[in-house]
Amino acid sequence: MANTFDTAGVAIRENRLGSITGYCGDAQDLVGKSRGCTFAGMQRSFTQSGTCPSFCSTLQLSMVQDAALINHAPAGCAGDFAMFNLYNRYGQGKRKMPVSNARLISTNLTEHDTIFGAKQKLYDTILETFRRFHPKAIFVTASCASGIIGEDIEATADEAQEAIGVPVAFVNCEGFRSQVWATGWDAAYNAILQKIVKPPKEKHPERINIITFIGENYYSELLGPLGLEPNLIVPFVGVDALSRLSEAGATAQMCPTLGTYFAAGLEKLHGVPEIKSPPPFGLPLTDRWLRELGEVTGKQAEVESLIKSEREAIKDELKVLQDRFKGLTCFVAAGPAHGHSLMAVIKELGMDLVGGAGLHHDSALDNGDPGADTLDAVVKNYGNFNYSVSNKQPFELTNLILKLKPDVLVLRHPSMIILGAKLGIPTIFMDDEHLGLGYRGLVRYGRKISNWIRNPSIERTLARHNPPPYTRWWLERCPHHFLGVNKDE
Amino acid sequence: MEHPRSLCALGAQQSVAAIERAIPILHAGPGCGYKLHLGLGYFNGFQGGGYSGGSAIVCTNMGEKEVVFGGEDRLRSVIDGALKVMDGDFFVVLSGCTTELIGDDIGSVVRSYRNDGIPIVYAATPGFKGSNLAGHELVVSAIIDQILEPAKQVVPGLVNVWSSVPYHDPFWAGNLLEIRRLLKGIGLEANVLFGPDSGGIDAWKRVPSAQLNIVLASWTGVGTARKLGEKFGATWFHQRTLPIGSRETSIFLKKIAELTGRDDRQTAEFIAREEKIFHYYHERSADFFLELRWDLPDRFSVIADSYYVGGIARLLVNEYGLIPAKQYITDNPPEEFRPRIMADLQEIAPGISAEAVFSSDGLAIRDGLVSDGPTPPIILGSSWDREIAREIGACYCGIAAPLTDRIVSNTSYFGYQGGLRLIEDLYSSILSGIQ
Repeated sequence: MANTFDTAGVAIRENRLGSITGYCGDAQDLVGKSRGCTFAGMQRSFTQSGTCPSFCSTLQLSMVQDAALINHAPAGCAGDFAMFNLYNRYGQGKRKMPVSNARLISTNLTEHDTIFGAKQKLYDTILETFRRFHPKAIFVTASCASGIIGEDIEATADEAQEAIGVPVAFVNCEGFRSQVWATGWDAAYNAILQKIVKPPKEKHPERINIITFIGENYYSELLGPLGLEPNLIVPFVGVDALSRLSEAGATAQMCPTLGTYFAAGLEKLHGVPEIKSPPPFGLPLTDRWLRELGEVTGKQAEVESLIKSEREAIKDELKVLQDRFKGLTCFVAAGPAHGHSLMAVIKELGMDLVGGAGLHHDSALDNGDPGADTLDAVVKNYGNFNYSVSNKQPFELTNLILKLKPDVLVLRHPSMIILGAKLGIPTIFMDDEHLGLGYRGLVRYGRKISNWIRNPSIERTLARHNPPPYTRWWLERCPHHFLGVNKDE
Repeated sequence: MEHPRSLCALGAQQSVAAIERAIPILHAGPGCGYKLHLGLGYFNGFQGGGYSGGSAIVCTNMGEKEVVFGGEDRLRSVIDGALKVMDGDFFVVLSGCTTELIGDDIGSVVRSYRNDGIPIVYAATPGFKGSNLAGHELVVSAIIDQILEPAKQVVPGLVNVWSSVPYHDPFWAGNLLEIRRLLKGIGLEANVLFGPDSGGIDAWKRVPSAQLNIVLASWTGVGTARKLGEKFGATWFHQRTLPIGSRETSIFLKKIAELTGRDDRQTAEFIAREEKIFHYYHERSADFFLELRWDLPDRFSVIADSYYVGGIARLLVNEYGLIPAKQYITDNPPEEFRPRIMADLQEIAPGISAEAVFSSDGLAIRDGLVSDGPTPPIILGSSWDREIAREIGACYCGIAAPLTDRIVSNTSYFGYQGGLRLIEDLYSSILSGIQ
């Protein structure tokens, strides 16, 4: 089901991109199965808590600097507010911006509201939010409860928008809608596309939108020498800047799983070309990404000279790092696309990738370009490897990691890192998604890992005193038992 | 609601995770477990998931299919898996909004397991039903109703303690350990039920045999005590404010000693020894207070749960010579408890009373603080309050949820040592802020 980018609701990834949350096998096999988007994936009969689209929507929208966000939900769905407030304050400080609390409001739906509806409550909350903060836009995120009781948030948002005169955008991120929480990115970006982005008044071909999270701006290293300016979106950007995304020369993404819908939407609705090559992680993929960027922006010659000089600049230290890491085995678990980038980085650093896991898998991207397949790109450049898809599920990963026995673990998701550490394995939390970017990123990444694994005392202490909460029965089974795969029985 | 300081009833997952070797199983949407872990645990003193919490929490991750066709089969399948995979002694099924709105009957599913002899209980904890404080009481009540049997005989000296709600109070684990230590000092064995070395499900089974139940909070725990009274004829004592510092703790311990027949020499000696140590440190820091008082703010506002507001106010007024500005009570106590909470803030010392504002709303608290006197009070609150503290030029110390500017291990603000520790944390934070 292709998306038309013209409604307030965005179709879920399961239907739109053939996304799945369960698979075990190898990377090449999954790439093959994904062609045609007909692979339904595998279902688990036992699961641990995942994440929901609402969390992802809030992550992108809570740090838009002059907007406010209303969560139309019971108070518990605001459990992530404290986190995003800390990210906001910390990020503002790092960027030398004035530090302030994120403007996050909950309608605090009660039992009464679930019976009688909460349209008026939401309307009043929008007006009160406007009175308190005078934001330039208000995002209203949905919840399981608001969805099941049938709240028409979109209509209420439109009415309130009339009253206050600033955009009020509905974000259809109900938790139950999709097991692929990345659907929440799409919902957030759809709200921005529908209500915030305006047609271009002027063009800024040197400005490159980069859809990302909150990492350091290492993109300047790649774009600066080309005379291009990275415009990192969406966190820490203002509403006016978002309204002018259509004026950029191109859109690129730190991770196509994050920005697939947004980048394709900006191209389709406003003609901003999307850089479709996989993101610039690892030498060959960085070369390829830069060459496409050069084509789109007319900077081919500058790109060739940049590739040459940057490869030369890191050559010696990269070799030292590769020698240091030689023979080390590594397992990577992360969201897809960025996880694939991390796998490329690990291979470049000379480690042996014994396995990888994606937190879901998109069989296709919104741009429909098979050349944009990030997993395929890793397999083509570095060879095949053990691969599975697991929407978190620490019980499964713990089992799998125990079987594969890697020397180093690279994980990307908070609250998951400890699962590897409890096994006594040096476990690296790859927080800054830009760290491994481009050529110099390989060296930065290598240094980070090198220091991290020098002293795994915290992991060893944990493993001695705090075993994981799983039975011996389970740890002796095939890791994919609950996907219906019983290699051990 | 701006600046939420408590979350929803499903936050009871944190209480389950705080019981040793208990396994929470959520029949809820896919994001509930993680968000509640973030809000009540991680971004609240950076408390991690522990043994069975955080990312290890079992959940049915209810999706569109379950919403449309019902989720009871899915729940059965996930319980079956949990019993095989999770290494626990005790399982607690909690329902979220989705389950309750579509009308799944989790009770009948769970009963069928319990009838087979499996230690498993359930509680309906949909988010829209109330805060995580209410959720805590719901899950405690469920365990009492579904597992506990009347005691054959009362165990003299055994007392149950119903106090700090696990995780929500960033200092819960330290508080419970310190409560246990002090009660041990007067010859009692405290059954604290949550936290390290609390005994897991076996400790819960001893609840009906306790000599006394101590509710150590303004209102959370009262429902539990009433239930134990009705069901098992249990007696209980209600300590509405957290005893912090020497004065209040001694009063509290003497009262408990009296109620349990321990008002003997051992108790008197123990209290005297604890007081002596407290006053050694109190005297040692007195030079600081007496000399820097000239320059430091002399008024304070606590923005926290009701039992903390009362406890901190008593310490600062009665032992450190400070004056209360407006106090902000953020745990939304049920109406029946509010007059007592307000009364506890009257006449804390002769001629010294505190005005209480019942609100957790960011704007109401901000407006109150901005208009409260010519100089700003010291603010003891949550990390939300850093912003207003800076705006009005107030000193700030984080002591309540959500807490993102401190990492909490075994810190306790209960008792003699808790009083010293609070003073240490508060004034260290002030000193570091002014340099």
